[in-house]
Amino acid sequence: MALAAGLAASVALYAIAPQLDDYAVNILVLAGINIILAVSLNLVNGHTGQFSLGHAGFMAAGAYTSSIITLSLAPTLASAPPWQAQTAFFGALLAGGLLAALCGFLVGVPSLRLRGDYLAIVTLGFGEIIRVVIQNTDALGGARGLEGIPPYTNLIWTFGIATVAIYVVASLVNSTYGRGFIAVRDDEIAAEAMGINTTKYKVAAFVIGAFFAGLAGGLYAHFISYIAPEGFNFLKSVDVVVMVILGGMGSTPGVAAAAVLLTLLNELLRDFEQYRMLVFALLLIVLMILRPQGLLGNFQRRKRKAPQP
Amino acid sequence: MGLASLGTISQFGELMKKHIFSLGHFRHLRWAAFAVVAYGFLFVGCKKKDSAGNPEEIVIGEFAALTGATASFGQSAHRGVRMAIDEANVGGGVLGKKLRLVTEDDQSKAGEAATVVRRMISREKPVAIIGEVASSRSLEAAPICQQNKIPMISPASTNPKVTETGDYIFRVCFIDPFQGAVLAKFMLQRGLTKAAILTDVKQDYAVGLADFFKDYFTKNGGTIVSEQSYSSGDKDFKAQLTSIRGTNPEAILVAGYYNEAGLIASQARELEIKVPLLGGDGWDSPSLVEVAGEAMEGNFFSNHFSAEDKSPAVQDFLAKYKAKYIETPDAMAALAYDATMLLLDAIKRAGTTESSALRDAIASTKGFAAVTGTITLDANRNATKSAVILQIQDGKFRFVETVAP
Repeated sequence: MALAAGLAASVALYAIAPQLDDYAVNILVLAGINIILAVSLNLVNGHTGQFSLGHAGFMAAGAYTSSIITLSLAPTLASAPPWQAQTAFFGALLAGGLLAALCGFLVGVPSLRLRGDYLAIVTLGFGEIIRVVIQNTDALGGARGLEGIPPYTNLIWTFGIATVAIYVVASLVNSTYGRGFIAVRDDEIAAEAMGINTTKYKVAAFVIGAFFAGLAGGLYAHFISYIAPEGFNFLKSVDVVVMVILGGMGSTPGVAAAAVLLTLLNELLRDFEQYRMLVFALLLIVLMILRPQGLLGNFQRRKRKAPQP
Repeated sequence: MGLASLGTISQFGELMKKHIFSLGHFRHLRWAAFAVVAYGFLFVGCKKKDSAGNPEEIVIGEFAALTGATASFGQSAHRGVRMAIDEANVGGGVLGKKLRLVTEDDQSKAGEAATVVRRMISREKPVAIIGEVASSRSLEAAPICQQNKIPMISPASTNPKVTETGDYIFRVCFIDPFQGAVLAKFMLQRGLTKAAILTDVKQDYAVGLADFFKDYFTKNGGTIVSEQSYSSGDKDFKAQLTSIRGTNPEAILVAGYYNEAGLIASQARELEIKVPLLGGDGWDSPSLVEVAGEAMEGNFFSNHFSAEDKSPAVQDFLAKYKAKYIETPDAMAALAYDATMLLLDAIKRAGTTESSALRDAIASTKGFAAVTGTITLDANRNATKSAVILQIQDGKFRFVETVAP
């Protein structure tokens, strides 16, 4: 139901797109991509409690894989009917997501041994490894990046995938299976004692999170048309972490709202010019002092504590 | 039928009550609230502003890195553009209209350039756009300008791919292949045939410069004895330099920006490497000498113009710039000034700001006397112009020679 409503909303957005100017569409697409990134990172950081700082790396893996595929198909797709190009694009996105998921699996495995800060450092390192490998691989354009990526990304793809990401994460966490993620977050030892396979849950969180980050990367690449390794550095990961913390760790609607809010804030503050980042940082500080649990973080907690009828 | 339908309605009502008020469905409400808030925000953020478009003015767009990693280049470029626009306005504007400059900051960040250029085009309707210094951000903006048929002139993006995007994209600087060849030619002319290369692999510009230098150098009788790399932000280059020293090169090309070039020069002197270092226009900054001091003496780099050039165009520009900003302009300021002047000249020649006529006027620029040399745009919309070689002597950049294309 919710899934259908979300998809319908993306179609509706797509339908009104011709009436919006390019800039509005630009903001909407970036907001959508940020929603996917924040919601998927929230599964790892918020719901499973594994602090990951490597989301930009997964995004890069997805962006490069899908771009390489569409770029190599570009000569044949240029003359093909639009539906073929769109199908190929979807395939490329999926391939990007899957490769990112594989990377997620590779990070998930060492995460079995590590917790907290140590895990954060491993994921940070891994994200950097992906970026540095790309930077030094000539076939991927190296530091010069890939240009001329066909601009296939539109509102329907972005919000369609954002809806699917929200739906998958929200229903996964609310399912019987998904309670395991929360158990791992709340108390790993107790969860293990209760017979929960904590390893499996942690790896699953990383793989699913990375998959959607890869899709987001693919969407980003096919929207901007140009990608370079510098765009996927550590700061990009931090941007996403900020969205998750601001929205409220473990609250899917919260982080989705924070993703939209931060994207818009960035744009609305443009009139402040040089003082923009100052104002932006101040707003973040004030918000975190007033609501340390995040925008919608408290909602979730209250609900869990409410007596069941 | 009546009763039956009544029953259904009351059943439906019960069902609705259960759905809305039961805890399990409370989260749907939350989602609905999120959706309403999000769409509300989006509406506020995205509402179309009516840019009435004052018929009495011509809007020129500019995007530059006013903050972030390459802010020094962005600020210089912005000053150059600002100066050209102010000058034209003092002289009564162009085509009898005042010029209005719209500047957007892309924070030196990936993804931002695309956003700000879309914003500018949608909201301000500029007749043309000046930007960016960095090739990576020009490459983001170029497809958007091309698609909207708005001429874009890059002051200093030297990556060949920038103008390959389409027929609305121009540049007023020479390109990496030319600069690489200039440096290689300069070495070979001095009888130096053994070169080592130290490249900043994190910078697209540096990688391009090193590749094209190598290409020209090896094809014309030179040999590359060592190739080493580093990344922007590195502080210690002794390992690479020690390895280079072992191969006895006659000169070392340091393809990268001024920050690291300064450190590399001092560490090279510490390791008693006495051969000259060569660099590209990325070295052009007063900080180059501040960091390295003595160690920088005698090194060479190629650049777009020299402040020592006695030509009236250069001296006039220097005087005006110093009067306005109380500092010596660097190449970015000069190039941005040239890009803007070339654009204004094209608007005058076209007699209109209509996009295709303006594009044609820019494309047909021939022998335009600019600060950074005489600019003729070729069929690929690149500037054909000469480069200068500068040498660092007594902490100053001394003019050595001009290398023609």
